[in-house]
Amino acid sequence: MMLRAEKVSVRYKDLEAVKQVSFTLEEGQWLMLVGPNGAGKSTLIKALSKTLPYTGKIALMDRDIAKLSQKQIARGMAVLRQSQQVNYAFTVEELVRLGRYAHQSAWSKKDEAGSGKVEEALQMCGLYEMRKQNVLTLSGGELQRAFLAQVFAQDAPILLLDEPVNHLDLAYQQSIFDLVSLWLKKPGRAVISVVHDLLLARRYGTHALLMREGSVAALGGTEAVFTRETLESVYCMDVGEWFKNLYQPWGDGQNGAT
Amino acid sequence: MVNNKQKNNFYAQGGRARFLRFAALGLLTLTAFLVCVAVGSVSIPLSATAEILYKALTGQTLVSGTEATIILTVRLPRVLSVFLVGASLSLCGAAMQGLLRNPLADGATLGVSSGASLGAMLAIFFGITLPGLPLAGTAVLSIVFAFFSLLLVLSLAFALDRSLETSTIILIGVIFTMFSGALMSLLITFAGTHLRSLTFWMLGSLAGSSYQEAFFLLAVLLTCGALLFMHSSELDAFAIGEDNAANIGVSVRRVKLTVMVLVSVLIGICVAIGGSIGFVGLIIPHITRALTGPAHKKLLPFSMLIGGVFLMLCDLLARTLLSPVELPLGVVTSLIGAVFFVVILMKRRMTA
Repeated sequence: MMLRAEKVSVRYKDLEAVKQVSFTLEEGQWLMLVGPNGAGKSTLIKALSKTLPYTGKIALMDRDIAKLSQKQIARGMAVLRQSQQVNYAFTVEELVRLGRYAHQSAWSKKDEAGSGKVEEALQMCGLYEMRKQNVLTLSGGELQRAFLAQVFAQDAPILLLDEPVNHLDLAYQQSIFDLVSLWLKKPGRAVISVVHDLLLARRYGTHALLMREGSVAALGGTEAVFTRETLESVYCMDVGEWFKNLYQPWGDGQNGAT
Repeated sequence: MVNNKQKNNFYAQGGRARFLRFAALGLLTLTAFLVCVAVGSVSIPLSATAEILYKALTGQTLVSGTEATIILTVRLPRVLSVFLVGASLSLCGAAMQGLLRNPLADGATLGVSSGASLGAMLAIFFGITLPGLPLAGTAVLSIVFAFFSLLLVLSLAFALDRSLETSTIILIGVIFTMFSGALMSLLITFAGTHLRSLTFWMLGSLAGSSYQEAFFLLAVLLTCGALLFMHSSELDAFAIGEDNAANIGVSVRRVKLTVMVLVSVLIGICVAIGGSIGFVGLIIPHITRALTGPAHKKLLPFSMLIGGVFLMLCDLLARTLLSPVELPLGVVTSLIGAVFFVVILMKRRMTA
C-alpha cells in the first residue's frame, strides 16, 4: 500500500471542505479525483501533501506524514499544480534541477544520482534541446512540461496532479497525460490526479474517487464509478449527453444549447 | 540522441569561465579598494599607498609620516567599513528579492531601514547602552526594530493581498517609512539634552569609522553571509512559489524566518553604524542577476563584491565631488538609485 487516507477532514474557518475521506492507493493505480467545483478535490490534494492542516490520518508507505519532515514527504510524493509562475530568469535545466532538492542535505549538496535523473527527465519530456532556454520565454504548455520534468526529477514514487492540464490545448493535454502514463509503467509507482474532463479521467484512470460537497460519493474502479446513475446524481445533469460524439451529424435540433 | 561529447559538457559547463569572472571581479575589487584609499583631499600615489598597506599588513616597521597616518588611521577603516556595509546591504537585497519573489524588495523599499533607524534613535534617546560596548545599545535596538518592521510590513501586506504583489509590499513599505519618519521627528522634538547626539547620529556617515566597527561588521557579515549562502537552494526554490517550494521539500516557514532574522541583523548593524543608506540593496542584485543569472549560489557572493565596490566608489564621489564639502553617502546612493529605480520600472513596463 503506497498511500492511505483515514477519515481525512479539512476545515476552512466555517466551511468543512473535506469530510471524512478515506481511500487507499496501491502500486500501479491511477486514481482520478472527480466531482463538481467546490467538491474539495484540490483541498484534498493539499492535505495529502501536508501543505494544509487536516484532521484524520494520512500514511505514506505506512508512515504517518504528520511525523515526516517536508523533505521526507517530498521524497515520497511529488506534486504538479494547475498553473505555474516563475519570477526570475532560471534556465529550464535549473528549474528541473530544483526537483532534486529533497535528495540533498543541508551541508553537502552532493547528489550522486541527481545529474542523471535531471537529464533523464529533460529527455523524457522532450526538453533536452531547450535546457539552456530562459523559462520566462516558454509558452504555458512548455512551462507545464518543464514542471512535469521537475516532478519526474524529484523521483518520488507517488505523483499528485492538481488539474495539471486545465489551461492547456488538447495536444498538450494529451502529451502531459501520455508522459505520466509512461512514467507509471515502471513498478512501484502510483498517481492521483484531479481532473475535470471525465473523458480524460476515463481514458487514463484505473480508479476513481467521486466527490460531492467534501464527501466521497463513489469510490472504486473507473468502470464501477462512471455509471449514468452515479455521475448524474452528483453532477445533476445529463453527463452522457454532454460528452456525445463531436462529429455526430448536425441537424434535428441537435446544434446549439438545449 | 545526444552524442557523448555533448553529454560530458552537460554538467562541466562554464566552470572555468565562472572562475575567470570571479577572479576578474576580485581584481576589480582590489583595484577599487586601492584607489579609494589613495584618493582624497590629500592624494597619495597608488604605489605609495600599496607600499604602506603592504608594510602594515606584513607587520614591518611602520613608515611614519602624515601619509601613513592618513591611510592607516583615517582612510583604511572608513573604506573597509564602506565596503562591508555595501556588501551587507546588497546581500540583504538579493536575499529578500529571492524570498519575496519580488525584484523591487530591499531594506529601504520595505521600510526595514527606517524601522532600524527608529530603533537606533530610541536607544540614543533613552541612553540605552551596554557597559563596555558603546555600540551595542543602538545595534541591538536597531536589529530588533528591523526585524519587527519587516514582520509588520509583510503581515500587513499579506493581510491585504495574500499573493504578496509587488505593488502592495512597496505601498505598505512607503506608508511604514512615513510612519516611522514621523516618530523620529517626534523624538527630535522632545530630544532636549539628547538633541546633539541624535542629530549627530542622523547626519552620521561612515566618515569616522573605526577599526573596531569594521571588524564588528566583518564578523557579522561573515556569519550571516555564510548562513544565507547555505540557503541558496531554498531561495532558488522560492522562485517557483511557496507551495511548490514546500512540495519539493523546503520547510517554507523555517527558511522564511531564518532569512528574515539574518537580513534584520545585517540591516540593523549597518544602520546603527552608518545610518540609512538607500537603494544599494535594490540596484546591486539587479545588475548582478544580469551577470550571473538568478541562481543564488552565484548571485549572493557576486552581489556582495559588486555592492562593496559600488558603495566604495559612491563614497569616493561623496568625498571628492564638492571637496572640501563632503556629501552624505546616503545622498549619493539615493541620487543614483532613484534614477535607476525609474529605469527598472520603465523597462519592466516596456517588456511586459
